[in-house]
Amino acid sequence: MFKKILVPVDLSHLDALQPGLTAAADLARHYGAEVCYFGVTATTPGTLARTPQEYHGLLEAFANEQAQVHGQTTSAHSTASPDPVADVDDAIVDAIAAVNADLVVMATHLPKHLDAVVPSHGTKVASSTDVSVFLVRQ
Amino acid sequence: MTDKNSNQNGDKNADDSPGIPAPEGAANLIDTDYVIGQDNVAAAPLGVDIDLHGKVFTFSALVILLFVIVTLALQNEVAPLFQGLRDWLTGNMSWFFIGGANVFVLLTLGLIFTPLGKVRLGGQEATPDFSYAGWFAMLFAAGMGIGLMYFGVSEPLSHYGTAMGGTAVEDGVRTDWAPLGAAAGDQSAAISLGMASTIFHWGIHPWAIYAVVALALALFSFNKGLPLTMRSVFYPILGERVWGWPGHVIDVLAVFATLFGLATSLGLGAQQATAGLSYLFGVEPTDTNMVLLIIAITIVALGSVALGVDKGVQRLSQINMVLAGLLLLFVIIVGPTLFILTGFFEYLVSYFTHLPALSNPFGREDANFSQGWTAFYWAWWISWSPFVGMFIARVSRGRTVREFLIAVLIIPTLISVLWMTALGGTAINQVVNLGLDGVAAAGGDLQLFEMLANLPLSLITSVIAIFLVIVFFVTSSDSGSLVIDAITAGGKVDAPKPQRMFWAIIEGAIAIALLLGGGLVALQAMAVSAGLPFTLVLLVACYAIVKGLLDEPRSA
Repeated sequence: MFKKILVPVDLSHLDALQPGLTAAADLARHYGAEVCYFGVTATTPGTLARTPQEYHGLLEAFANEQAQVHGQTTSAHSTASPDPVADVDDAIVDAIAAVNADLVVMATHLPKHLDAVVPSHGTKVASSTDVSVFLVRQ
Repeated sequence: MTDKNSNQNGDKNADDSPGIPAPEGAANLIDTDYVIGQDNVAAAPLGVDIDLHGKVFTFSALVILLFVIVTLALQNEVAPLFQGLRDWLTGNMSWFFIGGANVFVLLTLGLIFTPLGKVRLGGQEATPDFSYAGWFAMLFAAGMGIGLMYFGVSEPLSHYGTAMGGTAVEDGVRTDWAPLGAAAGDQSAAISLGMASTIFHWGIHPWAIYAVVALALALFSFNKGLPLTMRSVFYPILGERVWGWPGHVIDVLAVFATLFGLATSLGLGAQQATAGLSYLFGVEPTDTNMVLLIIAITIVALGSVALGVDKGVQRLSQINMVLAGLLLLFVIIVGPTLFILTGFFEYLVSYFTHLPALSNPFGREDANFSQGWTAFYWAWWISWSPFVGMFIARVSRGRTVREFLIAVLIIPTLISVLWMTALGGTAINQVVNLGLDGVAAAGGDLQLFEMLANLPLSLITSVIAIFLVIVFFVTSSDSGSLVIDAITAGGKVDAPKPQRMFWAIIEGAIAIALLLGGGLVALQAMAVSAGLPFTLVLLVACYAIVKGLLDEPRSA
């Protein structure tokens, strides 16, 4: 049913991502789908990587690691932005088209009052794409 | 945004120069053990995520709080102190400001013509994040948008007036405010000198100041891999010590100058906008209205900050450029077109002719002008430079040094010349040739509206002018919040969103507190005083730029 699953990841908060990663892995096994791990990085040096290319290397390593876990084909796709916090939702939507994904699996926090001011990424992505989106609560 | 597909990127050897760990193509990373964000505190109080540099954030917040309380509580004691400090600085240190600014101009202009201009920010293969139009609009809106609205009419008129008045000497000291040797009674010479002096203050010098900071930060961040904060510029001198207290102090100073520079401008701008509204529609310029205006500006800024650089700041800046361009075109076409067009070239020549004398740091006879205007402006631009420079740096990745310098130095200077010639020239023409004295007689915050009132469709153009004043404030406020947030997050630009919104709110709150309690002008004096230490910072930045560029690979 699904051929390519896009999994947006924040490499600096891996523990928080675990439920989403597990769900993505199980779905990938079930449908025999490829999993594409996607990350947005700053163009300026950050905690994980000092350059977009360094970041892409980390993401590729992460994708390979995940392939060992669930045994499906994986790939990595990254985008660099001067303002990643603000651009992440659009970046995910763009990535869906860029890698031709038909399912998005992403971790999201529980709804809270602040969402009225700063909506969660999952909410925004789900409302601006026509592929299926699976939000995994933490 | 630059997209990278795994397929293209899998083959890393394709775009690498041999042996260099490349950001995107060849560049020379600095080898440091410091991990960006290692001194940060991450928590989620009340469900709001934060990620801050513990020391820089705490000290900035405390210093800011202390200053606001002290200025409000001890206004009568503090105001003369700040004023005295400012007068002493511009009086006794003017040679330092004027000389320093000359160094910045010579360095940045020189770099355009050297092979170092071929270095690309972000590595040889880096591609720009923004289109030329969006990039340039942001440079300009952050750099001087609001000042052009305020001083476009008033400064040329002022210098023309004092130049016409000639020199006056008392006890061997010049007491007049005329630039250089004035031009007593010689109308065309006075116009020419007045325009040259205005262009001098809005031309290549301020942009060279911004360019130095921006280039240094962009180079050390994009090419050297250091965090995007002021302290990184000091790495060639302090080495690993920049991650300790010397670095904290530099960053706190940068936050301080940015926040108070913004808050005072926000307050003063609210005064100008309410003055305009009162002139046009009879809205009372009361405290309540000014507070409402600041709240409105802050709310728009909040929205823009939440949308981010690409969708928030860039879009507003472009709206601004289009509107400002329309206003400029309107004034040129409806105003004295020939006077403006011939004036553009005439004043440009006059600017170059007077430039050596105007920028001479030593033995100036026109003390009031060189200290009260030039040195004050330079200190003001310099105290703004961490903010504008850091913002320019952040949006300039992918440009070559030469491209960067031309866009930051030459083009804005030419636009400033055209703007000043059109607005100032029209006003001078009204006074000199049409005998309309209203412009000259009005207060500084109304001169723009008085000038427009003498042209057709003045209601529409004045409303656009007020709108421009307000939106220019929004673009300064939102880009300022992004900069302060990045500094107080230890150089992380991906810190949680509520943080940047916090700073936007604080700016508005400080502006309101100081507007109601008085002390805006005192704090402006204080912000200007920050120009002195930052002149030193900029001189260090010059050294860092040359040193940093020399070991960068250059594109063919």
